[in-house]
Amino acid sequence: MINVFTQHWQELLVGFGNTLLCSVIALFFSLIIGSTFAIFEVLPYKLLHIIGRIYIEVFRNIPLLVIGMFFYIVVPQFIVTLDGFTAGTIGLTLYTSSFIAETVRAGIQAVDDGQMEGARANGLTFMQAMWHIILPQAFRYVIPPLGNQFINLVKNSSVLAFVAGFDLMYQGDTIASTTFDTFNTYIVVGILYLIITLPLSYYMRYLEKKLA
Amino acid sequence: MSSLAEAYSWINLRYLLQGLLVTIEVSVISIILSFILGSILGIIRYIRFPFVSAIVGFIIDLIRNLPLLLLLFFTYFGLPQVGIKMDPLTAAIAAMTVFESAMIAEIVRSGIQAVDLGQMEGARSVGMTYWQGLRVIVLPQAMKKMIPPLVSQFISLIKDTSLATIIVLPELLYRAQIIYGQNTRYMVPMFIALAVMYFVVCYALSLVASGLERRTN
Amino acid sequence: MKKLKALLVLTGMLLLTLTLSACSAESTQQNALKRSQANNTLTWGVKADTRLFGLMDIKSGTIKGFDIDMGKEITKRVLGKKGHAKFVQVTSKTRIPLLKNGNIDAIIATMTITPDRAKVVDFSKVYFAAGQSLLVKKGSPIKDVRDLNKDGMTVLAVKGSTSAVNIQKYAPKAKVLELEDYAQAFTALKSGQGDAMTTDNGILFGIASENPSYHVVGGAFTNEPYGIAVDKQQTQLKNKIDQAIAEMRKDGTYEHLLQKWFGGIAGFDLKEASQQ
Repeated sequence: MINVFTQHWQELLVGFGNTLLCSVIALFFSLIIGSTFAIFEVLPYKLLHIIGRIYIEVFRNIPLLVIGMFFYIVVPQFIVTLDGFTAGTIGLTLYTSSFIAETVRAGIQAVDDGQMEGARANGLTFMQAMWHIILPQAFRYVIPPLGNQFINLVKNSSVLAFVAGFDLMYQGDTIASTTFDTFNTYIVVGILYLIITLPLSYYMRYLEKKLA
Repeated sequence: MSSLAEAYSWINLRYLLQGLLVTIEVSVISIILSFILGSILGIIRYIRFPFVSAIVGFIIDLIRNLPLLLLLFFTYFGLPQVGIKMDPLTAAIAAMTVFESAMIAEIVRSGIQAVDLGQMEGARSVGMTYWQGLRVIVLPQAMKKMIPPLVSQFISLIKDTSLATIIVLPELLYRAQIIYGQNTRYMVPMFIALAVMYFVVCYALSLVASGLERRTN
Repeated sequence: MKKLKALLVLTGMLLLTLTLSACSAESTQQNALKRSQANNTLTWGVKADTRLFGLMDIKSGTIKGFDIDMGKEITKRVLGKKGHAKFVQVTSKTRIPLLKNGNIDAIIATMTITPDRAKVVDFSKVYFAAGQSLLVKKGSPIKDVRDLNKDGMTVLAVKGSTSAVNIQKYAPKAKVLELEDYAQAFTALKSGQGDAMTTDNGILFGIASENPSYHVVGGAFTNEPYGIAVDKQQTQLKNKIDQAIAEMRKDGTYEHLLQKWFGGIAGFDLKEASQQ
């Protein structure tokens, strides 16, 4: 096990960095996209509501691997060439944003209706009330579930291995299939994933308890 | 247009549908196994048996925080090195079950914890034993709370079976790749077919679940 | 049965993941020849995405190609006329684990004999002499492997294949992307994910024969002798396979099969491929 690490630490480190990088990028964009669609769902416009619903249901019910491969091999033939890292990160963003939209929507709906009415009565527009009053409170509710989404994101980023995205899984996989030392390689890769996800997971549990 | 008709020829569709059957088979077996195992583990973790619950809890946390793809690789490529050998179907079911059980255990534990502690005290005060209270009062209420997260976990499971394409399990995604690998003009039609088939199965499950939820309320 | 097996394995796995210690595998392999004789079945690992060698026929759900025909013929010679050949799909990455698992008795899947692999499996004598080459879109400026040895060049290869390792030697400046199998690598090439795809010439000719806007360039720059792999210690089975190949070469069956699959392929040298 130590051997795997001492002989291949450079490749593994590159993979570790890429996994972190794509997770952070995907988190950032899926937060923006997810919150936007969540707001669509609570706005009093039927059309936006429908668009939001379709977006969420589509990306929630199709495997991430299919979405990622679509961006890696189909999109480049018709629109623009994307390398594995970019294609995978886009797939990851769209997939995760649908889950984040659901989480944020639940958060917004958990904020008391009276708050909106009160804000409107004080002369704020709907959007102002949403931005200044509702969303800040909603985000308090959704921090623990969002943290869990980030953990899922890190785990799901392993599909980059399938589109040559040079993430941790891809690097581990190439090491394993050239050295044949599958058992130890995958354990080392597993430990590297746990370094990111396990502390995060315990921190989220702590936060959940504190906020409850 | 003709290439679209060719792509969706009965021969290709039949080949895909056979793959969908494999996908559903793996999903159903894994859902059943992981529901049983996950519930047991979740209860063990909730009850806090000294020592046992701590260890079970730690293992659950380890597994929950690893990518399923890694567990799948480990099961199929790694374990044979220590003498545990499986074919792709068994390996896929085993890896999915281990992973999903850990996820479900967490859902079950937090579901039980969300039921008011007062409920258990109430049950004890009317003369029920701890186990009776758990079985008759707490679990049925917890069950209701657990249905939505359980269903989304099962939907994830169905989607995750696509990862088994990497260990050459002839499921839906693998078969679509075989078809467009031979004739790359079929690529777009195959991706549409994939999206539609996965969507129909997963969305149907979520509809059934929300129907169920309405009836229990 | 499978459900039960999965359940049993679960308990073991949970413990194993914890202990994290790599004890080496004990060799509990049975004699593969005796087992296949008892079942009257020889189970082969073959490719299903490789035209000419092993390609899935979607209509019948069976795999067809040179490797399959070789496997069928060898089975008959090893087990007798009524011997049954069973084919299991593998990729370059999955074939060795599957053989080690005991899911298959032998690999006949465009597998190059290399010293590294010979440490984990035993190889038969050469049954096909391939060489690594390049596949590019017609009109591409790449004429041979030296053209790839530049910064900014990207080559597509398959995980677990010798070509993925070799190309780093021949074109160290090029970036190598490794995909799961040939189908994935070619679709990636078509999607512009790389400047060239590299693997053995026989496989590339198969792809080019079906996709006329692509062609094989630069000739073979390595020797890739294909062998049939069996697990270590399965010497009896290996000897039987060697004997069958030798017979086939002598009585013309081998020549006939080679002609059947590669006879019509422009630019393919039958003589070179049949070298021993």
